[in-house]
Amino acid sequence: MRETLLRKAEEILEEWVRARGEQPRDERVETFRLLALHRQGARGTPSFNACRETCREIAYHYNVLGFEQEESARRHREQMLAMLVEHLRLFVQGKMEVEGLGEFCCASRPVRQGSAEEEMTDA
Amino acid sequence: MKKNYQTVAYYPGCALEGTGHAYNASTRAVGKALGLALDEVRDWNCCGAMEVKNIDPKVQTYLSSRVMAIAANEMKAKVVMAPCNGCYHNLKKAEHDLAHDVVSRETVERISKKAGHETYRAGSLETIHALDWIKHGVGEEELKRRLKGSLKGLRVANYYGCMYTRPRHIFPEKDQGGQSESTSQPHFMDDLLAAAGAVNVDFPLKTACCGGAHTLSDSDTSTRLVLNLLRAAEAAGAEVIATECPTCHSGLELHQVRAEKVLGEKTTVKMLYFTQLLGVALGVSPRRLSIHENVSDGIALLKEKSIA
Repeated sequence: MRETLLRKAEEILEEWVRARGEQPRDERVETFRLLALHRQGARGTPSFNACRETCREIAYHYNVLGFEQEESARRHREQMLAMLVEHLRLFVQGKMEVEGLGEFCCASRPVRQGSAEEEMTDA
Repeated sequence: MKKNYQTVAYYPGCALEGTGHAYNASTRAVGKALGLALDEVRDWNCCGAMEVKNIDPKVQTYLSSRVMAIAANEMKAKVVMAPCNGCYHNLKKAEHDLAHDVVSRETVERISKKAGHETYRAGSLETIHALDWIKHGVGEEELKRRLKGSLKGLRVANYYGCMYTRPRHIFPEKDQGGQSESTSQPHFMDDLLAAAGAVNVDFPLKTACCGGAHTLSDSDTSTRLVLNLLRAAEAAGAEVIATECPTCHSGLELHQVRAEKVLGEKTTVKMLYFTQLLGVALGVSPRRLSIHENVSDGIALLKEKSIA
């Protein structure tokens, strides 16, 4: 189950990356392709970081499920993992419908753009 | 404990005079019960919210800087406290802009001069959230000492929303280890409510997007995101979602109603401001905490659990 849910989460981010006209890369961050795909999807789009913690929680639940022995605890963890994947799907779907989702609230894009430009200049 | 948090300049912001009135009332009541003083910023203005920031970020920087200019230059305050995530975020963003961006400094200088007041200088004031105020102004041990009741047995999912921790670079005091707040796993609200007896459930969507900024322009996305948050909280075993932002709070409450009406999906978890929950445990009456103003009726639950 955890493999299926992790794969679904990756597919969601692959769709987002393709919609941006890029090819999803086969890289890993902290052993997770999901986190690498998120990094790829957020490049130049700081508002996409609004789903960063959701991706990290998916990775965390996936890891914990690998050690969960007790059946009811395992079922509960799987249910939470499924809800995290669903939240990721809803967020990405929302971003695809209305690109500005998250753009001018927590992403604070103008600030990030400034920082990015500075970093580029420094480089 | 931080002594300079005992009396702070208070910036309630627009929402706390409107939809978030209950948050304003409960923040003031909890402060009083804990012996903390608030000195409201005189003649404060809108922080620029999300709307101004989207159209002209420099004007938003100015609007937030004017609030800080009054607090720092006229009131001689060292700390300003904003309970609203949007206001807190914008004041932090303005502080960051003024410290790092020459054009922002020049713009703010120019508009301040035109408006006839002294310019705010970055570094003159510390901006904090209501969670910092109670966590570091009082702390869990003193909070426990002042309790007159308890939230014992109340299962709570703590929802921090997005603007309390993002983007990370405007909150340099966070992620410093020890007693500092975490941007990936915020815990101040968990700590305070646990000290008041609540059982914090493991809620993995505590900083997840609720589509808040798009609640009017793209209501369906917001409703679906909120519905998933509510369902996840219930699946985690929560009876209450504790909030610390008026926008998050009203978004959760109103989309809970909308999810039932539009999608036919009913959830029963209640929304309460963390200040309302702390206030109940401190023996403040639910009426003074304005719990009756919440759309999501938490009073019946609190009575059923013999908490209020």
